[in-house]
Amino acid sequence: MALLDIDHLSISFGGLQAVLDFNVEIEKGELYGLIGPNGAGKTTVFNLLTGVYQPDEGIIRLDGVDITGHSTEAINHDGIARTFQNIRLFKALSVIDNVKAGLHERFPYPTIAGILKLPSYRKAEQEMDEEAMKLLEVFGLAPERDTLAANLPYGAQRKLEIARAMATNPKLLLLDEPAAGMNPNETGELMDTIRFIRDEFDMTVLLIEHDMKLVSGICDRLTVLNFGRILAEGETKAVLNDPEVIKAYLGD
Amino acid sequence: MKNSFLQKNKDELLTYGLLLIFWIVMEVMRRGGMLTSHFSSMLVPMTYYAIGAVALNLCVGILGELSIGHAGFMCIGAFSSAIFSLLFKETMPTAPRFFLAFLVGIAFSALFGFLIGIPVLRLKGDYLAIVTLAFGEIIKNILTAIYLGVDSKGVHIALNMTNFKIETDGIKLINGAQGVSGTPRNSSFTIGMIVLFLALFVTTNLIKSRDGRAIMSIRDNRIAAESIGINVTRYKMLAFTISAAIAGAAGVLFSHNVTTMTNISNYFGYNASIMLLVYVVLGGIGNIRGSVIAAMILYLLPEMMRGLNRYRMLIYAIVLILMMLFNWAPAMVDWRKKTFGALFKTVTKSNEKEVA
Amino acid sequence: MSFLTYLINGLSLGSIYAIIALGYTMVYGIAKMLNFAHGDIIMIGSYIIFSAVTTSGLPPFAGLLIAILGCTVLGVVTERVAYRPLRQASSKLAVLITAIGVSYLLQNVALLVFGADAKSFTSLIPWKGISLAGGALQIKGITIVTIVVSLIILFCLQTFIHKTKNGQAMLAVAEDKGAATLMGIDVNKTIAITFAIGSSLAAIAGALLCSAYPTITPYIGAMPGIKAFVAAVFGGIGSIPGAMIGGIVLGIVEILSRTYISSQLADAIVFGILIIVLLVKPTGLLGKQIQEKV
Repeated sequence: MALLDIDHLSISFGGLQAVLDFNVEIEKGELYGLIGPNGAGKTTVFNLLTGVYQPDEGIIRLDGVDITGHSTEAINHDGIARTFQNIRLFKALSVIDNVKAGLHERFPYPTIAGILKLPSYRKAEQEMDEEAMKLLEVFGLAPERDTLAANLPYGAQRKLEIARAMATNPKLLLLDEPAAGMNPNETGELMDTIRFIRDEFDMTVLLIEHDMKLVSGICDRLTVLNFGRILAEGETKAVLNDPEVIKAYLGD
Repeated sequence: MKNSFLQKNKDELLTYGLLLIFWIVMEVMRRGGMLTSHFSSMLVPMTYYAIGAVALNLCVGILGELSIGHAGFMCIGAFSSAIFSLLFKETMPTAPRFFLAFLVGIAFSALFGFLIGIPVLRLKGDYLAIVTLAFGEIIKNILTAIYLGVDSKGVHIALNMTNFKIETDGIKLINGAQGVSGTPRNSSFTIGMIVLFLALFVTTNLIKSRDGRAIMSIRDNRIAAESIGINVTRYKMLAFTISAAIAGAAGVLFSHNVTTMTNISNYFGYNASIMLLVYVVLGGIGNIRGSVIAAMILYLLPEMMRGLNRYRMLIYAIVLILMMLFNWAPAMVDWRKKTFGALFKTVTKSNEKEVA
Repeated sequence: MSFLTYLINGLSLGSIYAIIALGYTMVYGIAKMLNFAHGDIIMIGSYIIFSAVTTSGLPPFAGLLIAILGCTVLGVVTERVAYRPLRQASSKLAVLITAIGVSYLLQNVALLVFGADAKSFTSLIPWKGISLAGGALQIKGITIVTIVVSLIILFCLQTFIHKTKNGQAMLAVAEDKGAATLMGIDVNKTIAITFAIGSSLAAIAGALLCSAYPTITPYIGAMPGIKAFVAAVFGGIGSIPGAMIGGIVLGIVEILSRTYISSQLADAIVFGILIIVLLVKPTGLLGKQIQEKV
């Protein structure tokens, strides 16, 4: 059984059919790419998957469970975490606090324990610190633990967003243009990190990306969207050599 | 171990330490007869405005929602606790009665904070602000219009004097526009300082806890907070309710200090809420210690200028405008950075926390 | 018949709120700031007319012109000195608090110049009004004038905004300051014009308000200012027809609840209705719904 199974997903805004009949099955541990020209509806698919929009039609199953119609918050509890195309960090919080916010649901203690600094508060906070540092180390952000997120360089902000999403311990990680604005060096590092996450945490990743080097370098399979519809899908290499796909990218 | 404790809690320890020194100095000066009676009478109000500013900063700086109705929560705390104290004035010793009055005031303002929070927190930005103003004005208006009393026949509530038929043996709790009178004067500088310490303790510990992080993550980016599974409504409500509760505690100090609450528009109208907001903004949005210091200085400032009589509020207004321009105008911020360099770095950093 | 009288009085008060709210809503829509000192401009305008007409004996029309001129200058100067330097500040609250400072300043200047005691104002409209249905329905001259003036203002503003270059510039700045700058629009000038118009409307509102309720104190501007702000939000802030409708509804509700329910609870009822409207339509009656893009 596929980890993520999307059937006939469709949504329209006013008269605009943003996504029509989107289907995909992603296996556990797969690195899956979603590509297509600007405005093809890729981010809309992410927003549908995370409950930001509710689909007009279609079913989303995660690990065999129907999660269609769940709220954004509930979908995170179901096991999907994401990053955003326009980075959305908690800018006035430190790097480690951004990750600890992601750990929020996993280390609960009552409000009163926090106010009175009871032992349960100390224990949970210590565990969160350790867990957060582990993640920061994976992303090479450990030395920046006390820096304000807003003061991080751009590439580090993108990494921190992934670390925060990982902190919620998802089954499926959605990355919206993780390499946008990165230089080739940083992109290379990012590719290594994504592979590492997949291997180390047995993570399944669905990513939107324009950087073809990253896509061809790490994605096992791809779906190409154009005008909200699936143009092609399959093994990365085959899809990227598909004349239809090349035409869509280069224009007529 | 001890070192890391100091390191971790540096900020709070500094706040508590400064406040403790201030307390001791004031206490010594008061006992040594170095304070005029006018100045001494300002010590209690200073504590409750500082508490009010801490409460409002929790809402504005930490939760990131602008409220211009917080005096309304002070009003609820003041009235509910005053009524409690009037009812048990004869039958209960002072200490436990005043303690219970605090609980009553805090409970009622928290309850109203919760109830008002349900509709208010669905709104955004300036719309939210205007609705908090509206609620503040409604609370004030209703409490000015209402007549409430108890006698041997039970509880009487009326909206005008003629319908207010209370027996001579009864107690008038709220007497319409004349408000509440006869509340015991239980507030003192010592109690005010203790409550201020408690308010600071609750607020700073909340901010440093998991819940505080959730609240601030909603402030910084609501959509991202939802995406990592944080229950946005729950934490907004939590912060707003605690903020209202703390404002209510300030109200308890108020009513047990002035003893007669008439003409409450001056104390609890939107002007009072705005005054609290001025303290919060000048002290630094999100900077709890700054709120306390700003509230104390700005409360004392016009009062100390009484000698200037007719000109003091004019000077206050000009100082306020100039301070805002100096602190916040981007041109001034750049100039300060250039001129004073590292000296001002920390100050500007804390000021840069944006409230959306 | 008395109901009709109250309704017309409400319409008149509402028209004054509407004129103030128009200023509020324009400044908010274009400069994106809550100008808490707007109500105090009304107060200053009233004192100028009082000095010109009641004290110096100038004709009412001349007094009104001086007040409009004075308030316009005052509005533009405060914008230039106190608000413009803070337009790019890192928190929106900075300019809000400064506006509160300006409000205190204006009140205290008036207090020093004119004193705290209430001055009685001679109505600018000596016309006694009309009597209908054999005297059962009396409508005061000021009531009729107020309603007519507010309609003329609404018409002029709509024409100005949609038919002139400066008006179009205002719409552009309201929509997107950055894009407007790129289109060659002088944002500073446009915002200054907005303050000028808002403040001159405040002067007119002051004249009408004091003609209907003929006492002036340094604090008369505050409450109408807040009510007009409520009216602007009620109608959907940034919307000119919205401000008009909001003002009129508010005035009518206020007068009717003062008459039939309780004079002390009238304000509570007005604010209560605002809350209900915002809960049903979170951006006011005619406000635009803006969805955050994810």
